Amino acid sequence: MTWTDLQTALAADGYVASDDLSVALHLALTLGRPLLLEGAAGVGKTQLAASLAAQQDTKLIRLQCYEGLDAAQAIYEWNYQRQLLTIRAAAEDGETGKSVEDRIFSREFLLERPLLAAITQDSPPVLLIDEIDRADEEFEAYLLEILSEFQITIPELGTVAATTNPIVILTSNGTRDLSDALRRRCLYSYVDYPDRQTELAILHARCAGIEKRLGAQIVGFVQKLREEELEKVPGVAEMLDFAAAVMGLGIADLTSDPSVLKHTLSTLLKTQSDRAHITPEVAARIAGRAA
Amino acid sequence: MSRVTRFAARDPGPAARVAGFMAHLRENGLRLGVSETELALAALCEVEAARPDASRRALKAVCTGCKDEVDRFDALFDSYWLDAGRVRQKIVQSPPDKGDDSVHSSRDARGEDTGGAGTSTAPEAGDGDAESDGEGRLIATEVRNLMRKDLRDLVRPEDVAEAEKVAQRLGAALRDRRSRRRIAAPKGDRLNFRKTIRASLATGGEPLRLVRKHRPDRPRKIVALCDVSGSMTVYAQVFLAFLAGLMRSDTTADAYLFHTRLVRITEALRDKDTMRAIGRMSLMADGFGGGSEIGPSIARFARTYAKRFVDGRSVVLILSDGYDTAPATVLDAALADLRKRGCKIIWLNPLKGWRDYAPVADGMAAALPHLDLFCAANTLADLAALDREVMTL
Repeated sequence: MTWTDLQTALAADGYVASDDLSVALHLALTLGRPLLLEGAAGVGKTQLAASLAAQQDTKLIRLQCYEGLDAAQAIYEWNYQRQLLTIRAAAEDGETGKSVEDRIFSREFLLERPLLAAITQDSPPVLLIDEIDRADEEFEAYLLEILSEFQITIPELGTVAATTNPIVILTSNGTRDLSDALRRRCLYSYVDYPDRQTELAILHARCAGIEKRLGAQIVGFVQKLREEELEKVPGVAEMLDFAAAVMGLGIADLTSDPSVLKHTLSTLLKTQSDRAHITPEVAARIAGRAA
Repeated sequence: MSRVTRFAARDPGPAARVAGFMAHLRENGLRLGVSETELALAALCEVEAARPDASRRALKAVCTGCKDEVDRFDALFDSYWLDAGRVRQKIVQSPPDKGDDSVHSSRDARGEDTGGAGTSTAPEAGDGDAESDGEGRLIATEVRNLMRKDLRDLVRPEDVAEAEKVAQRLGAALRDRRSRRRIAAPKGDRLNFRKTIRASLATGGEPLRLVRKHRPDRPRKIVALCDVSGSMTVYAQVFLAFLAGLMRSDTTADAYLFHTRLVRITEALRDKDTMRAIGRMSLMADGFGGGSEIGPSIARFARTYAKRFVDGRSVVLILSDGYDTAPATVLDAALADLRKRGCKIIWLNPLKGWRDYAPVADGMAAALPHLDLFCAANTLADLAALDREVMTL
């Protein structure tokens, strides 16, 4: 399978990937390296993992990162309550130290979290580590061992090696600098807002029933809107919401009625100051220019 | 139209060419090791390496690691692989992270990320908003000072050493933001099950010794923005020494200079040699002692660097007198924007130490509502005395 095949296969599943992204993804698959995706919010980084899992017909395991995420939440945790009960029961049965210890620190008592689950699957899953920049630096260190060796060391059990290597996709919004060590282990692709042609293709892939002229108007409008000075620039996801809203309200022409356009703007503008900046008149003007 | 470079007949083969390309990238500031060369070769085997666009994309995925590198990569690729004449020519300026000890003030300054080259030569329109106190007038000027000053004349190594101590004290005073993650500790608000169970094995399964966990304190990150415009020249010695000391004592700190433009000097100040660090800083502070555009500089900071380096755990230190040539509304909006990132903002104003000082300058008045702390600071001793004030933040 070449990268163009991959691109076509993804497009068939409704994900339009740029050439750069397709090559990077193709290499990540063939070389078995993690792929780090960076870019603004809403350009389809997370969706890529979902589409890839669908295309490869495999499981998607998702780890959403947040500040304070630690090994117990991401890798594994012992089932302490069960361990305590077992120790009690064992004491009543007269079982002694060593055998109890062996029992309570066995796989049976281990709660698998996403990272451990990802390397112990029968067929290689897609592991999505979402918004890695939100987790703190210490967590990156946990990731390093897993991403380079695909193994996890559990002090009580020993090292768990991967049965299959997952396809790892990391996403980042760039809210903090990632460590060089992590970047070095990953292939990298920067996902930008799509150009007009690509975005049109995305719209038609996702909203099959949309009329050609209206589709062009919607994409043109959103593209022009991105050029305005906004606090939160609308991404592809917002564009799709907007298209759905426009279709749901039965609007056939964006330029026809400014007041209806105003109601649908809530799908694109997500802060109060952006709403204040793009008044209905401005929106109508942008729609007029885009058409 | 560019054509693929034809290498000489004695060229040892594709692997050596790729190695040469990696060396070319390294020379231009990309951080790549031997394993990347290996990976690049493996990657080229997976695509149609004879096609320039496919190999360009493959090498881009392997060799770049951030957006900045992605933006520069195409030019670097072209300069090596295409157009035979320009092979190995350094066409993209390398980021100034290589030590450059032959620093002369006559040399062309290479400030990183400095936008806006517009030069205004007219003096200010007339709303100078500072009163003089006898000798010399303190006004914000729009004129960009084109004469470059060597900051090494201003900053002495002894000052930096002293500033280092001051910065350490300040850092320690700020270091009390609590973490969200819990770690094992003898005292704490929750039980650490993992360690408790482990310990209970020694006592036959009875959890006799309870291990707890608590939230440890985390260091906060200091981001310092120093105004080096004309009106601040007299205080520059203190503040620049403070910046240099701060960067040397705190590895997570971040520093910027601004006058009519904003320059990041973090990398330059990390140089091991103090004087060389200051030399590099003076290269970047092109326009030092010129006009001040505080609002636009901070707005630019909030829009760009702050998105990456400022979070709820940061303390933004602004060292400026508040005499801004731009309208006060710009500063107002910029600080409001910056605040939304959840950081604390401290403004240190050298003029506040004066008797009867009132923050009447438009910029300063607009900034006040956004500040967590507004203090005087003229000397290193003043800065040292701050630790008690910042403790309460």
